Amino acid sequence: MSAYLGDVVVLARKDLLLELRARDTVPAMLLFVVSALVVFRFSLPAEASDLAAVGLLWIAVVFTALLGLTRAFAAEREQRLLDGLVLAPCDRSAIWLAKSASVLAFLVLAEAIALPAFALFFAPVGWETVAAFALADLGIAAVGTLLAAMAAASRARELLLPLLFLPLVIPIVVGGVGASVQADPGRYLAFLGLYDLVFAILAWASFEYVVTE
Amino acid sequence: MSLRNNAGPAAALGAFAFLLGGVALAFYWVPDDADQGFSQRIFYIHVPVALTAYACFGWGAWKALRLLWTRDQRYDLESYTAVHMGVIFGVLTLVTGSIWAKISWGVWWSWSEQQLVLFLVLFLFYSAYFMLRYSTDPGPRRASMSAVYALFGVVLIPVSFLAIRLAENFIHPVVFTRDGPQMEGTMFLTFCVCLAGVLALATALYQTELAGKRLDERLRELREALA
Amino acid sequence: MIVRARGLERRFGEKRALRSLDLDLGERDCLVVTGPNGSGKSTLLALLAGLLAPTRGELEVSAARGSIGFLAHEPLVYRELTALENLELYGRLYRVRERRERIGMLLERYGLWDARHERVSAYSRGMVQRLALCRALLHGPRLLLLDEPFSSLDAAGAEVLDAELAALAGERALVLATHEPERVRPLATLDLALA
Repeated sequence: MSAYLGDVVVLARKDLLLELRARDTVPAMLLFVVSALVVFRFSLPAEASDLAAVGLLWIAVVFTALLGLTRAFAAEREQRLLDGLVLAPCDRSAIWLAKSASVLAFLVLAEAIALPAFALFFAPVGWETVAAFALADLGIAAVGTLLAAMAAASRARELLLPLLFLPLVIPIVVGGVGASVQADPGRYLAFLGLYDLVFAILAWASFEYVVTE
Repeated sequence: MSLRNNAGPAAALGAFAFLLGGVALAFYWVPDDADQGFSQRIFYIHVPVALTAYACFGWGAWKALRLLWTRDQRYDLESYTAVHMGVIFGVLTLVTGSIWAKISWGVWWSWSEQQLVLFLVLFLFYSAYFMLRYSTDPGPRRASMSAVYALFGVVLIPVSFLAIRLAENFIHPVVFTRDGPQMEGTMFLTFCVCLAGVLALATALYQTELAGKRLDERLRELREALA
Repeated sequence: MIVRARGLERRFGEKRALRSLDLDLGERDCLVVTGPNGSGKSTLLALLAGLLAPTRGELEVSAARGSIGFLAHEPLVYRELTALENLELYGRLYRVRERRERIGMLLERYGLWDARHERVSAYSRGMVQRLALCRALLHGPRLLLLDEPFSSLDAAGAEVLDAELAALAGERALVLATHEPERVRPLATLDLALA
């Protein structure tokens, strides 16, 4: 168990170090999410309610996550480095968990900019929305990382990931927007928690099959 | 591996008999629906087709699980064929549901039709399944990735269903409730005959496509052996 | 026997990369694999490493995943990490004992010690190949699979590798895929010419 967690820490630290050196994902995500919010400002007519803006915030975050996910296995893919990791005697799911953790970290950073920016441009953000984003991030990172590994092994790559990812993210958007705009956010937050649990277990158990033959 | 099987023709015969019987019962035996009148009879096609699509997705996921479990590559073709059938019946569900919506509500599409919305989500999901297969080189890696994605599909069905329920308010006339079918005996019997017919049709199509694909494979192997 | 293959075959779609191969490799054998480009040398090594599954036939490799060393066509090191960071990462994943000493010894031997804090992206091709060799040898594998180990090595690097292989031959199982079989001929106990 401690060896497993040790592998996860080593692998995740490597991803964070790579990002710190190359800085090719997080700055792009930050700029993208702010740009998207500005574009949305101009796509909403004056009569549109703040509720519509909340929906667009969720879309902005989902697409920002997609941007980060297309880069998630970039370093591994260019040099077939995943082969090197897969050959190591560690459990393959540790690779998934570490990569999910780094994706999660980048996503949280993007939201740390997106939520204040949204509050500034549109309307204040309640605790329900913050809680919903926290839960949604887990699901997005868990499912997205697995799908990113699949897309990285295909010829279509960047093109394929959104197609695989968006149908699976619909429940997250439902839960997130529901928690943000409804009077009783509890059931929506519980739904997000359920989604995280179910899909995290599924992704954890199936990652090995995506990276091996 | 035997290419000859009798399940296909038997299923085709069954499909023909049950569907003929089901349509006859639906048109001549079942009384008009109290609320929706004659047009409600599309129910006897729409719902069995939808249930059959679920069954196909479920069968595909089961074969996918078998593939991951045993790493036996023949399950890949079976899983793929089942998902393919599921998509065909899924599209039929969308079409018949859309017709029903037009008759009942006067619109081709209604976001309050939960079943239709769910099938739209599933249609997008499984279309991506085909994209995944087409953009990956054939081989064990593609087989296991497809299998994993097919498994995600069956988990996504109840999760999406719950999501859509949470997202929508309900104005669609629900014939089934939690207390069991609120159908009269004649309606229920007709429904069952139609369901059997559509399931048999799916089985026949599944067997036929599978036999065709296996024949292709054998042909390729023979050609290679000769070359 | 550390490797036993019967009727081993691998296809990529329609293309057959390796066709009905029988192979027995003992714990102390050195197998030299030759053949033109596209004859399946790399495919065979990837099969032995467990990266690919056979399309047909049997393959038994009785070495655990952590006791196989694999030098692939790609160096399998992160370009934005330094040599030391790369080897540290793999050393931890492979649970190498006395990691620091082992890494230091390999970097010294392959002439990378002075460049250990430089990122791999700044390395020449020959230096990357040396690092890739260090990575493959790091955990003292029982079965060592080397795909074109001499490619882009200069004379000094090739000599170090010659000595390394000579020391390993007769101790560990070696599989060398190479275009220059003369160089390793004295070590070979088995030959395999793929067509």
